[in-house]
Amino acid sequence: MTKYRVLAGPEGYLPPAAACEGIRLPDVGWALIEGRHVPEQEALSAIVDKLLSAKRPFFFPGPNLLWEWKEGVAEKASALRKLADTAGARVIPMPDYRPKYPMINPAIEINPNHPNLTIWHNKIDVCVLAGVHCHYANVALKIIRGGTDCYTIAICGEAGHEDANITLRNAGIPQIEALTAMVAERRRLC
Amino acid sequence: MPEQKVVAPEFMFTEAAREEQFITGSEAVREAVRRANVDMAVSYPITPQSESMHLVGDIWAEGYIKDYYRGENEFAVMSAVAGAAMGGVRVFTATGGPGTMRALEMFPTWVGARLPIVCAFFTRGINSPLTIQPDTIEMAHLLDTGMIMLHAEDAQDLYDMILKAFIIAEQTEVHIPVGVFADGFFVTHTRDKVRVAPADIKLPPYKPYSAPVPVMDMENVPFRQMRDPFVMKSNYVSYAAHASWQQEVLAAAERARPFIRQYLGGLIEVENEQADVLVLAGGTAVCQSREAIAMAREEGIEAGLIKIKSLRPFPGEELRALTAKAKAVIVPEFNRVGWLSRELRNVVQNPDRVVAGPRVFGGMTMPPDLILSEIRRYARE
Repeated sequence: MTKYRVLAGPEGYLPPAAACEGIRLPDVGWALIEGRHVPEQEALSAIVDKLLSAKRPFFFPGPNLLWEWKEGVAEKASALRKLADTAGARVIPMPDYRPKYPMINPAIEINPNHPNLTIWHNKIDVCVLAGVHCHYANVALKIIRGGTDCYTIAICGEAGHEDANITLRNAGIPQIEALTAMVAERRRLC
Repeated sequence: MPEQKVVAPEFMFTEAAREEQFITGSEAVREAVRRANVDMAVSYPITPQSESMHLVGDIWAEGYIKDYYRGENEFAVMSAVAGAAMGGVRVFTATGGPGTMRALEMFPTWVGARLPIVCAFFTRGINSPLTIQPDTIEMAHLLDTGMIMLHAEDAQDLYDMILKAFIIAEQTEVHIPVGVFADGFFVTHTRDKVRVAPADIKLPPYKPYSAPVPVMDMENVPFRQMRDPFVMKSNYVSYAAHASWQQEVLAAAERARPFIRQYLGGLIEVENEQADVLVLAGGTAVCQSREAIAMAREEGIEAGLIKIKSLRPFPGEELRALTAKAKAVIVPEFNRVGWLSRELRNVVQNPDRVVAGPRVFGGMTMPPDLILSEIRRYARE
């Protein structure tokens, strides 16, 4: 059993890949919170907590939501937009993975190869990656954990991300709509 | 194109009725590829893999593969299959010996680009003076490319591992190349009984839109990646990106472990693990070790066998636990440098217990007597 925990950073100069520290991806119906395997419902609640307690939550939708690769993408993107709006979060899209040298404009852009620049500039304390191809998401998540104190959430349509502080797996419209409903309900009660 | 029904991998691997054929290792490659729903294969001849890719060409002519051609050389072949895989199709190729070395640059490139290519390596000598004879030294050069490395003992392993390699390689969270290694000539050019699934079934097609990287169109947005080198700048941000990228590739290999256990039954196979003397081997050295262990048993000496099936990821934890009480672990190898014994020494407690040999190379066979001598020596100590 690994003792490694995937906590918010800054973790240091070169944080390890959580998978190489013994963190395993969750099974279907499960999720990860800081490296712990939990039922998906528990992770949904934790995501709502983080979104509603954040000062500057941001969503980073990636190409799998921004480009219509396959059926259902537009509906999923709309559902995610509704979740961001309901949570009062801002959105910075990640339409492609090309670096923009010599410098991106971190106020309006994010790139998986240097996501820390955007997070530092906008003082983002909670971010949600959704629709980012898994390889690029993991590249970005380690850099964020290494250099920033931003809390990372991955809403993943595939197998999930050990390098996120919270990850869902096989997340589709039902999970996104459940989050939206939970956020709206919590806002109504407050 | 011949009629083939798509079946679930689990059905293909475990439930489908199997027919026994008496075929060479090269023919086992053909039968695996016939059932693997491969889109494209590219070949370049080098002994001892020439016949395998020749036979793959035959099934392209029969309509089992959509595209097939001969590249200019091994580097060109490995580059071509990379392009095909980036474009989102399932590809297969094979090489061996000096061909492996000529193409070496491409293997870490495949891994870094997260390409689920399956390549068979039929190993032979690589040194000067030129030899085409069996030798596993090229595997030492590939241990740190990042690819998954499976080592087949015989033609049955070769058939099974090639088919299963596609399924392991194409998992979204893995999605790195798999090298399936077999000892040239000993496996490729000898006949053996191989149990194969019916030829009228095939694996499900590759799903490129579940890949962890985008299917690439080099000329259009959003993914002109290769024309915009992404981290080739001299600054900390670029170094951090490249470091994170390399870590993610290592992580991908780690994520392969459960799938190797699921489909291959484990990274290793073990017999008589309680014995004081263990023999650890891969490839055809396993066959020779089985013979030696049987001969030892006739003399009243008990020895155990660890067959290593996956070299990358390496079964470090399994080997640490299995060898904890062993008096000696004998590692017979078909190469000069003893790379497998080095790997074992790195993970076990008290590495002085690792016996780095016997070793043969340059095409020599390994008489079981050589291994038996070591078993006798350490059993009596």
